[in-house]
Amino acid sequence: MPEFRKPHSLTDVPFHYCPGCTHGIVHRLVAEVIDEMGIEGDTIGVCPVGCSVMAYDYFACDMIEAAHGRAPAVATGVKRGNPDKFVFTYQGDGDLAAIGTAETVHAATRGENITVIFINNTTYGMTGGQMAPTTLPGQVTQTTPYGRNPDVEGFPVRVCEMLSTLSGVALAERVTVTDPANIRKAKAAIRKGFEFQKNKQGFSIIEVLSTCPTNWGMSPVEAINWLKENMIPYYPLGVFKEGAIR
Amino acid sequence: MTTEAILAGFGGQGILFAGKLLAYLGLNQDKQVSWLPSYGPEMRGGTANCSVCLSDHPIGSPYVTDPDVLIAMNGPSYDKFIDSVKPGGIAIIDSTLVTKECTRTDIRSFRIPSTELAAQHGLPGMANIILVGKLIKETGIAVIDAVRPALEKMIPPKKANLIEANMKALALGMAL
Amino acid sequence: MERNLMKGNEALAEAAIRAGCKGFFGYPITPQTEISAYMAKRMPKVGGVFLQAESEIAAINMVYGCASSGVRCMTSSSSPGISLKSEGVSYMAGSDLPCVIVNVMRGGPGLGGIQPSQSDYWQATRALGHGDFQILVFAPSSVQEMADYMGKAFDLSDKYRMPAMILADGLLGQMMEPVTFGSEEIHTPDPALKPWATNGHGNKRKHNIVNSLYLQAEELENLVVERFKRYEIVKSEVHEAECYRTDDAEIVVAAYGSVARLAKAAVDLAREAGIKAGLVRPITLWPFPVQEVKDACRNAKRVLCVEMSMGQMIEDVKLALDCRVPVDFYGRTGGVIPKPSAILEQIKILNEKGAE
Repeated sequence: MPEFRKPHSLTDVPFHYCPGCTHGIVHRLVAEVIDEMGIEGDTIGVCPVGCSVMAYDYFACDMIEAAHGRAPAVATGVKRGNPDKFVFTYQGDGDLAAIGTAETVHAATRGENITVIFINNTTYGMTGGQMAPTTLPGQVTQTTPYGRNPDVEGFPVRVCEMLSTLSGVALAERVTVTDPANIRKAKAAIRKGFEFQKNKQGFSIIEVLSTCPTNWGMSPVEAINWLKENMIPYYPLGVFKEGAIR
Repeated sequence: MTTEAILAGFGGQGILFAGKLLAYLGLNQDKQVSWLPSYGPEMRGGTANCSVCLSDHPIGSPYVTDPDVLIAMNGPSYDKFIDSVKPGGIAIIDSTLVTKECTRTDIRSFRIPSTELAAQHGLPGMANIILVGKLIKETGIAVIDAVRPALEKMIPPKKANLIEANMKALALGMAL
Repeated sequence: MERNLMKGNEALAEAAIRAGCKGFFGYPITPQTEISAYMAKRMPKVGGVFLQAESEIAAINMVYGCASSGVRCMTSSSSPGISLKSEGVSYMAGSDLPCVIVNVMRGGPGLGGIQPSQSDYWQATRALGHGDFQILVFAPSSVQEMADYMGKAFDLSDKYRMPAMILADGLLGQMMEPVTFGSEEIHTPDPALKPWATNGHGNKRKHNIVNSLYLQAEELENLVVERFKRYEIVKSEVHEAECYRTDDAEIVVAAYGSVARLAKAAVDLAREAGIKAGLVRPITLWPFPVQEVKDACRNAKRVLCVEMSMGQMIEDVKLALDCRVPVDFYGRTGGVIPKPSAILEQIKILNEKGAE
């Protein structure tokens, strides 16, 4: 019988994430892909500011902590200086789609050979549940106490759809981790991203629809159901762009 | 010995190029040299000027305020700088474009219709070099044989055909 | 050694390449754009990277990433752009990363102007970003020094693991002077000297982390205190100034960068007029050359600080002299260059005032 082990690319430091948070699953998927490709020694990860700010303690490859939103620029610097290494960023929605929009869009349009893992949970989790660029219309957060009103706060950003218009993007895929079947699909997408990178075929982004039970004020199971009922209709799963750019 | 020059005119007249030519002439004589341009959004049509210093000693201020030599290629530049020329200094003026007569008696001034001369001799855009020729003649800062190596350093091989035209313009200025 | 006639900006770029800089990340801004243009031409030919970033913020963060991986790299900008870079500079200081940042200063505040200025002295020496930190600051005064101090900035930045800045201005960046480079060869730094670099552990060592986040107050305090102990070592080892005719000088002019050239010309004029004038020119602005300034002013009755600003370095001059000698100020700002004759006037006035 196969033994359930922690991937080698994760350290022994216990995660600090809240119960039911899906960061842990996604960390594990990234680490499994790194293990399976045998590239831990050649991989450099870049962490965001947000709940996964301390991912540098969890991944066993070399890690860099970036300023808020700047991970794609930092990753660009690493990759340009070390074109044969693997470089990934791990970013949340506020980091990637608000303060770091310019860095995201331009790394993508340059076709940087990096892989971006994008956690979309419609919330600024670390600071206590404020409105994110991906917060849904009507969704209540600390800074949209009456629900996000598009007339006031504007509309949520569909990142994969937006980036899929750019010529530098090799992969823009949205997945989720609500159940084993989707988790397997998510892992396959992450693997695809790293493979594009391996072959220097362009920018890859894997958007993972995720939960934040604590800030949503739900149990983990309720959160999973809320994601399925509310997020997937607005953020449909699937591949928005796939194919080597060079 | 130190020579401080200001070259001034419209953008597009080759003022900066003419200044660089002086700097290269100094460089090739192992002198200390500096070339300082005015810079700004005036790539074409606006005013342009540069300070050039040639010296046997390290150059203190590269920013020339009282030139030994002035080349003025338009009215506004002439008005701006003519009073700053050191007594005993030299002003070389493009009289095609500067209509005022020079009234200073404590400097040597030369009014040369260089824009017109350039047009007459089929040397468009080389009025600046004609004036540099005059400057070389009046100051003796270089001999004509020193000019070609300087031009060769400044003009990329792709545009090497311009060297002859420059030499022609220079000779024209030196003959005046 | 061949003398090349080059713009200060171009000399900086060429010197960086020869110092082994393999990554340049920048954004266009006057009056430093020649650095980018030169790098764009040369870098691909020496196996380096030139990348025009989408913003100054992205550029400095690319430097952050590239430096993290152990590669010598740099960025350059002019005043408004440096303000944008301050975030990244703070992170680099907090992560003990080396890099070189060039500021070809122009008039401020705000969008200001594009003419030469020295009004970013405080920003460079006091607060190029949030938090307790310093960066090395070098102030060249000629095109030759632009080249010479670029190599030095890279070496010392690596040695002390802190960002270094070349603080120039539009005059130095735009002017052409003859310059020679020490060696035709391109320096290749030894990667083994950066065991902390995040360039892939190759399954041979524990993973490296480049980080400036410390949530435990005591832990952060300890790190900052340790860093400041390192700054004390830097202060004792890095301090440079040029002293010109200061031995018997009763009026000492203190000026740095391009303005020191103008001040030197004024000092010569003052000497011709029989005034015992001299010049002290700080070359390192942080650390400030305290002892050199003290020595230069030992016979001074008065000191005149001349800057292209409303007076910023003057504070360091006063601190260095413990206020034992009166320090006056003359400056022009907004992009106006002070004339040597105007500086001479100030020297004459002070000479008449004497010690009072």
